[in-house]
Amino acid sequence: MGFQVSQNGDATLVEVEGQLIVGNRQELKQRVLEQLEGGDRKFVIDFSSTGYIDSSGLGVLVSLSKKIREQGGELRLSSLNEDLRTLFELTKLDTLFRITDTKEEALEGF
Amino acid sequence: MEDDLVLEIPTDVRSIEHAVEYVMQRCQTCEAYRKRLRWNFRVGLTEALTNAMLYGNEHDPSKRVRVEVALQNGRLEARITDQGGGFDPSAIPDPTEGENIRKSGGRGLYLMRQLLDEVSYNDRGNQVTLVLRLEQGSALKGGAQA
Repeated sequence: MGFQVSQNGDATLVEVEGQLIVGNRQELKQRVLEQLEGGDRKFVIDFSSTGYIDSSGLGVLVSLSKKIREQGGELRLSSLNEDLRTLFELTKLDTLFRITDTKEEALEGF
Repeated sequence: MEDDLVLEIPTDVRSIEHAVEYVMQRCQTCEAYRKRLRWNFRVGLTEALTNAMLYGNEHDPSKRVRVEVALQNGRLEARITDQGGGFDPSAIPDPTEGENIRKSGGRGLYLMRQLLDEVSYNDRGNQVTLVLRLEQGSALKGGAQA
C-alpha cells in the first residue's frame, strides 16, 4: 500500500496502490501538498490499483482539490473501478471532480 | 442480539483494516449476495469503526471499540460500541446538499445509510447497529469469541 508519484510533462501523476483510507490519507495529502508548494499545478490521482477509498479518503481528495484550485491548478481523478465510482456517485463527488477512464486521458487533456 | 462473533479492538486506525477483514472472512453467503456482503457491509463496517475511533474515542489509545456480529435468519447485524460520550446522528447534515459537497468531512454516516438496509443508534449515541439482509442459510464460520 503506497503512493507512486511521477512527473508527466508539467503534470504530476499520483498512483494509489491498495487503499486510500483513514490510516494513509495524511501521507497522500503531504505528498501532493509538497508538489503544490514546489510549483506543480496540474495533478492526476490514478486509482487503477486501488481497491477501496473510505470517507476519510474521499475527504482528503476534496480538501486537496480545494487547495490546488486556490493556487490556480486542477486535480483530476482517473481509473475508478465500478465500486469506487459508486461511492463518488452516492456522495455526488462525481460532480466535483473531472473523472476519466484512464490516466492517459486525464494527462492528455491538461 | 445473540452474538456469533465478538471483537474488542484498541483505538488505533491501523487496526481497522485487519478487523474488517477478519469479520469478512467469517461471513459466508451465496454468490448472489456476495457483492452486498463484500462491498456494502465492508464499507459500512469500516466507516462505523472509523467514526468510533476518531469521533467516539477521540483517538484515545486507552479506549477500546467493541464489535459484535450476529447472523440469523438471513439478517447480518453488526453492533459497534465506542467508549465516548456519544453524539446526535440527526445533527449530521446531508453531505450531498449544496455546499456540503465541498466539505472534507461528514460522509461516513451517509455512506452507512446508503449501503446498509438499516442503521440505528442507541440513545447515548455511542453505539451503532448496522443491518444487511442476506439470504436464509448464510452463516458465520467458527466460534463466538475472537
